[in-house]
Amino acid sequence: MNGKRSTFLISALVFGFAFLYVPILLVIIYSFNEGKLVTVWAGFSTKWYVSLFNNDGMIDAAWNSLRIGVMSATLALALGTPAGLVMSRFGRFKGRTMFSGMIAAPLVMPEVITGLSLLLLFVTLEQLVGWPAGRGLSTITIAHTTFCAAYVAVVVQSRLSGMDISVEEAAMDLGAKPAKIFFVITLPMILPALLAGWLLSFTLSLDDLVIASFVAGPGSTTLPMKVFSSVRLGVSPEINALATLIILTVSIMIVIASFLILRSERMRNRAANGSDA
Amino acid sequence: MSSDKLTLKQRFDRWMIKHGRVLVIGIPYFWLFLFFLVPFLIVLKISFSVAEYAQPPYTPLFEWIDEGITITLNFGNYLFLLSDSLYATAYLNSIRIAAISTIITLLIGYPMAYGIARARGSMRSVLLMLVILPFWTSFLIRVYAWIGILDREGLINAFLLWTGIISEPLIMRQTEFAVYVGIVYTYLPFMILPLYSTLEKMDVSLIEAALDLGCKPWQAFVKVTLPLSMPGILAGSLLVFIPAVGEFVIPELLGGPNTLMIGRTLWNEFFANRDWPIASAVAIAMLLFLVVPIMWFQHIQTKQEEREQ
Amino acid sequence: MPEAVLERAHEDVHKTQPWNNPDAVPYIRFENVTKKFGDFYAVDDVSLDIYRHELFALLGGSGCGKTTLLRMLAGFEEPTSGKIYIDGVDMAGVPAYERPTNMMFQSYALFPHMTVEQNVAFGLVQDGVSRSEIKELVAEMLGLVQMSKFAKRKPHQLSGGQRQRVALARSLIKRPKVLLLDEPLGALDKKLREQTQFELVNIQEKVGTTFVMVTHDQEEAMTMASRIAVMNEGVISQTGTPFELYEYPNSRYTANFLGQVNLLEGVLVDDDEKYAVIKSDEANCDIYIDHAVQGHEGMTFWAAIRPERLRLTKTEPEETKYNCVSGKIEEIGYLGGISTYHVRLESGKRIKVTEPNTGRHNEPTYTWEDRVWVSWEAGAASVLNK
Ligand SMILES: Nc1ncnc2c1ncn2[C@@H]1O[C@H](COP(=O)(O)OP(=O)(O)OP(=O)(O)O)[C@@H](O)[C@H]1O
Ligand SMILES: [Mg+2]
Repeated sequence: MNGKRSTFLISALVFGFAFLYVPILLVIIYSFNEGKLVTVWAGFSTKWYVSLFNNDGMIDAAWNSLRIGVMSATLALALGTPAGLVMSRFGRFKGRTMFSGMIAAPLVMPEVITGLSLLLLFVTLEQLVGWPAGRGLSTITIAHTTFCAAYVAVVVQSRLSGMDISVEEAAMDLGAKPAKIFFVITLPMILPALLAGWLLSFTLSLDDLVIASFVAGPGSTTLPMKVFSSVRLGVSPEINALATLIILTVSIMIVIASFLILRSERMRNRAANGSDA
Repeated sequence: MSSDKLTLKQRFDRWMIKHGRVLVIGIPYFWLFLFFLVPFLIVLKISFSVAEYAQPPYTPLFEWIDEGITITLNFGNYLFLLSDSLYATAYLNSIRIAAISTIITLLIGYPMAYGIARARGSMRSVLLMLVILPFWTSFLIRVYAWIGILDREGLINAFLLWTGIISEPLIMRQTEFAVYVGIVYTYLPFMILPLYSTLEKMDVSLIEAALDLGCKPWQAFVKVTLPLSMPGILAGSLLVFIPAVGEFVIPELLGGPNTLMIGRTLWNEFFANRDWPIASAVAIAMLLFLVVPIMWFQHIQTKQEEREQ
Repeated sequence: MPEAVLERAHEDVHKTQPWNNPDAVPYIRFENVTKKFGDFYAVDDVSLDIYRHELFALLGGSGCGKTTLLRMLAGFEEPTSGKIYIDGVDMAGVPAYERPTNMMFQSYALFPHMTVEQNVAFGLVQDGVSRSEIKELVAEMLGLVQMSKFAKRKPHQLSGGQRQRVALARSLIKRPKVLLLDEPLGALDKKLREQTQFELVNIQEKVGTTFVMVTHDQEEAMTMASRIAVMNEGVISQTGTPFELYEYPNSRYTANFLGQVNLLEGVLVDDDEKYAVIKSDEANCDIYIDHAVQGHEGMTFWAAIRPERLRLTKTEPEETKYNCVSGKIEEIGYLGGISTYHVRLESGKRIKVTEPNTGRHNEPTYTWEDRVWVSWEAGAASVLNK
């Protein structure tokens, strides 16, 4: 009985992970294909990487995306951290329900709606107060900051609610004022969550096509927009090469980050459980 | 005045203690309010105006006439949505496709989440990481990967033709089937993670107790595991269903020209037809439909929080 | 009545026992303090005076509001109504970081990212004390709790008992006017706990700080505290020294909570200026009390008698009119120093008697089913009306 069940579970896992990873692996393999056709293996080659790096449009778009990503991840951290703190530590206040709604809703809101509504906001603002003058990197950054901040808030909040509040109370008891407590006690303790939140925001921003398409202006094409317009026409080996690069970079970043986070979690758990051994 | 004697720092401290709380709440509140909530009001407003060849391409909603504001509400856009069956079809299609994909995702995701939750220590972290990893890599690229697989000249067809199972290539891309594959594939991690976190918290001895009291394994699953993992099932399903309804990239890249989904319709109204008022009306109609699931999702989130505290 | 007895029991009460001195000024004062969570009264109209240099214990069952009371004193919760004074100052609106109290947390709440030294120094750093002074004070404090060797370690590298010492050092270093301890020894095993109890009392005597301690362990409260407040469902049911609470409980709840007790229900049948008699149907005997009882004849009372105040005999005592019942031994518990006997009275009620085991080679005196007489002195019973 037990054996049957675990066989089922193991095959579910194997099938599931194959489903998740085979397509990605195929993209990586075919990025080294000499030929242009995806289905025919014509020998090993790195020529698509070379042609990718000679594609100025692609490089510009990537540069735009990186700048937007760093900016909006940083801003999202600055906004999302206090939001998460408010959600888990500030108790009840007027408008709390709306606040938590504005944090939960962006997580599931269809991107087309977010994109359209932000564009209309920018247009209206420009009419009313003359800002933002035209659309471009800054409007994309604002748009990304908004939904990334919601993600950061959720990450920070869940980390804080798993944390013993009496540690912060102890600091207050010893004479530290609220702001000091936040910077000296709370912040160091949630550092892994902040790192995770920043990385999450960065990749979400780097990945966004729909919202950016709505609020972008001339000259602010991002990498996903560029990829999308070429992919629409079908498979292209250059995109395979780009995909491989993105997947590798992100994987390495994530593995390092998770290692760091896991290590500090383990230390924290040991502190909490008190291993006398 | 005593405040003259205070140093700048002391004055700042006093000010912070008095207003710090308001400030910490206020800044993110203001940002989200301005860039998340207000935009919906504007969408609502524009959905009631008329398209025009102008910049921006719609009539203003408020007009100053004789020093007073008049508000012109124009229900024409909504009437148009109702009259043209294209929109109704797109809505129903979106809901159907999202619902079916959610169910498939649940069926694949549940055993995986269960398997991960029952795996041992370090194995568990590795498996979990493997679930999260694709979620971090580009969404667009993961959808793109399926083009090469499902295409007429794609890998599956090439393989099947080579083995001789088929003699004509199958049409898989540009069908609804491809859309299901795309949604299930990209949203699977969103289903697994909340499921995992409820299943992991569940005490194994509960199942043992059920078995001990005479349940067959499948009965124990139906009567104990399933009800206890309900919050995870709901959270995961909503996390898949809500964004899937408005999905644009997947139907655009994998679906056929007649795979109508509402997100795609909105996109076309906006970018191809440049009819902003109709696009806004489409968005509002979609939002009205999604308000209930979104509030439900928020409710689940809040309950979860309270339980954790 | 107890007053007369108390006068005899304590001579120069005013110096060592300020609570018996009507002129003494309380150091901490709760005035009709109530705390509601929603509709639930966690603390209900509590008034309490605590004096300087006391080691005051709050004792009570789980969920009775001890922690809430302590947290209101520390400033983590605001009372719904009522006032709290420390050293004469109204604490309303004073935030936790400005109160002259420090707290030792039940979970210790050490800062996980700081070393032992940094943890202990934290409070001084907040006050802007100079670096050299901090160093000196921290070294001294670590010496006091015998943790000097571990100054450079992080909390997760310490054992439970060591962490508890660090928490104590950290909360004492600012020389607070009041130290609050929430079940300070809750996480320690029994042996270590008893040892630490004495250390804590010693440290308290050395630093002279007023301690307010929460515990649900009555033995701990009795060994350590100068006075104890017994709490029940948000209300203080009695305050007094361990001696007073044990010997003169004012209610069945306190009597039961501290130590063991036999409660015999009866009605007042004879009430004089010098004595009183309660007739108990439950025990089928008349209980003679050597002082007057406040109440009228026919009122219900409970006589509370500690098991060790009962005398067990195999033969019928000479005087059986008052304070004597007979029954059969139903159960025997041998606890080493003492033995406990459960006696089933003829009326059906069960009472508990303890007898010291004085000699090592003595034959067991009683065995099951033995018919015995249980008797007690006129002064052994407390009379309770609630
Ligand atoms: N923040 C809160 N919100 C709602 N109810 C609370 C809160 N804090 C405490 N309570 C309730 O108030 C009552 C008293 O709690 P308190 O923590 O003071 O008990 P305690 O006497 O310290 O118990 P224990 O010995 O178990 O620690 C409990 O019933 C508890 O459920
Ligand atoms: Mg408590």
